[in-house]
Amino acid sequence: MLKTIAGKLESGRELNCQDALFLLRRADLLEAGRLAAAMRRRLHPQGRVTFVVDRNVNYTNICVTGCRFCAFYRKPDHADAYLLSHQEILDKVAELAASGGTQLLLQGGLHPELRIAWFEELFRSLRRHFPQVQIHSLSPAEVVHLAAQSELSVATCLLRLKAAGLASLPGGGAEILVDRVRRRVSPDKISWRVWVGVMETAHRLGLPGTATMVFGIGETDEDLVTHLLRVRALQQRTGGFSAFIPWSYQPGNTELGGEQATGMDYLRVLAVSRLVLHNIPNLQASWVTQGGKMAQVALFFGANDLGGTMLEENVVAAAGARFRLDREELLALIREAGFIPARRTTGYDILEEYF
Amino acid sequence: MMSLPEIAAKVDAGMRLGEAEAGFLLQCPDLLAVGRLAALANHRMHGNRVYFNVNRHINYTNLCVNRCAFCAFRRDEGDVDGYSLDLEEVAARAAAAAAAGATEVHVVGGLHPHLPLEFYEEMLRTIHKSGPGLHIKAFTAVELAHFATVAQLPLEEVIDRLRAAGLQSLPGGGAEIFAERARLQLCPEKISGDRWLEVMGMVHRSGLRSNATMLFGHLETPAERIGHMARLRALQDETGGFQAFVALPFQDRATRLDGVRGPGGVDILKTLAVARLFLDNIPHIKAYWVMLGVKLAQVSLAFGVNDLDGTVVEEQIGHRAGAVSPQALSREGLVRLIRKAGRIPVERDSLYRELKREPDAC
Repeated sequence: MLKTIAGKLESGRELNCQDALFLLRRADLLEAGRLAAAMRRRLHPQGRVTFVVDRNVNYTNICVTGCRFCAFYRKPDHADAYLLSHQEILDKVAELAASGGTQLLLQGGLHPELRIAWFEELFRSLRRHFPQVQIHSLSPAEVVHLAAQSELSVATCLLRLKAAGLASLPGGGAEILVDRVRRRVSPDKISWRVWVGVMETAHRLGLPGTATMVFGIGETDEDLVTHLLRVRALQQRTGGFSAFIPWSYQPGNTELGGEQATGMDYLRVLAVSRLVLHNIPNLQASWVTQGGKMAQVALFFGANDLGGTMLEENVVAAAGARFRLDREELLALIREAGFIPARRTTGYDILEEYF
Repeated sequence: MMSLPEIAAKVDAGMRLGEAEAGFLLQCPDLLAVGRLAALANHRMHGNRVYFNVNRHINYTNLCVNRCAFCAFRRDEGDVDGYSLDLEEVAARAAAAAAAGATEVHVVGGLHPHLPLEFYEEMLRTIHKSGPGLHIKAFTAVELAHFATVAQLPLEEVIDRLRAAGLQSLPGGGAEIFAERARLQLCPEKISGDRWLEVMGMVHRSGLRSNATMLFGHLETPAERIGHMARLRALQDETGGFQAFVALPFQDRATRLDGVRGPGGVDILKTLAVARLFLDNIPHIKAYWVMLGVKLAQVSLAFGVNDLDGTVVEEQIGHRAGAVSPQALSREGLVRLIRKAGRIPVERDSLYRELKREPDAC
């Protein structure tokens, strides 16, 4: 079976569901890693490992959804509930710009009162003050919620946000794109079809982005593979995804609770993602959830990107992830693994190589 | 010219690797190829079995006359957060360990300026009395040498007396890195590498077994790392007393080696893999999850490691230096990690004999 899969990969054919399940369940971990590393070399022969200087700004933790795996959200009347003002957000982005940042990842809960004008005004100010910072923001769930709140279609909502300055979508909230799993962990969140629909619309309107996956939330192996195949099919139609970002569910302080995926689970999922998603050029390792040591090892299991330097991150920190890295550590981590560190834009253009 | 296929052929044939070959593997950019070789060597020795034990650490004092640059645990006498456990406290911890199902206590501490040998004898007897079934694994070679100095007794006598008081085996700490160049910068007051090996030789000849450690990823060169393992291998050829080799990655937070970064995940996995391949006469390679992190420790099972240490509980030394791992793993947690790696968990006693426990539930 492994030989058949290796043969398919060498001749550039795509893997099917059975291939992916074999890699996930039966293949030797290092063999799966070897195949993923080979594919990564074919896609990225320059030997670079990229990263972006960014900041996550979570504009509100007020959320009407109440996902069971989330430790970040608060109900509107909760004592810790907050909504940042435009000025507070601009101040945070000013810090990002001062440290050479080029990407703003603005994400928040599904706030019951915010309307599109709030975002349009914010994005316009951001564009005016910080033209060098790409607004890479909002998940499909936020877009759907905002469209409904503002009585707009998703397409109109996206077009207006784009006109105000939104440049790309980070693809959060995908979790596992299988409704049986979604209903269990986030009963009020959009269905997989809606998630895919928003991303597809965004891509067609000229808003590219990334796709994520949160695994270890009670999905079966088949569910996980289904997620990958659905993302691959969408990519086949639009080509709008620049990267895929899988990370493991962080069970701290959540209603869902449970165990965290192990290190081997993570590396295996990463390798399988690399091999199944042949049409998505980049694969991110998540040092925020896995730690710097594991993220470095991930570079041998198909990952070619370390995501953002994350001046600020609140959501997984609320669920117990404790890892921090400064830029020097990031560069050392990449170099020691034998790769060339390179700072990139949100769209994966290289800004600077660090030899 | 050395090559990976040539080394692989030697490994396949069960031939001993030379230092140059081990150095080549350590520098080899193909992490997964080195890991695969180590996994083969491990599989030949242990099949799919992975060992762990249920233990508890007791760090009896943080007062220490040495000032090792990598240590964030030590305190001076008179420091507000200096401590020494009294026998009552030791007894309580041993009793709690036994009640929690531990089979071993791992007892190490700083080099206390003036506690007499009688205190350590009494501590061992206290542990034995409070937790009758517990195996007492205690004291590094560095502590033994210090006890002998304070008591002004020959080392053999110190070992005999501690043995008579209940000491059953030794952990392998204090080896750090044997190479003098790095050792003098890291821990100038500590006994030399020669002396550490000499003490361990005596311990083994007295009939006690021990582990051996290596603290790596600080100031040492790759050759010094291999040299360290070579000296352990040579002593093991003489005594056969080492049960496990434990490679400890340097923890770079809150120590006095400013600007020295600890080893990355890749270096850690490669070092463990090379240890499995090079130390052909030491049966077990242990990943100490406190310092590797739980995720990486589990991954190391695919890189030649066959022992995940124990449940630990209340570890202080690695955490003081910035380890971000949890304080303890449950027995179930360890079993789950091993099973999720596709391997067979084997609970062991301190001498690597399999323990059969009744399952807690079906």
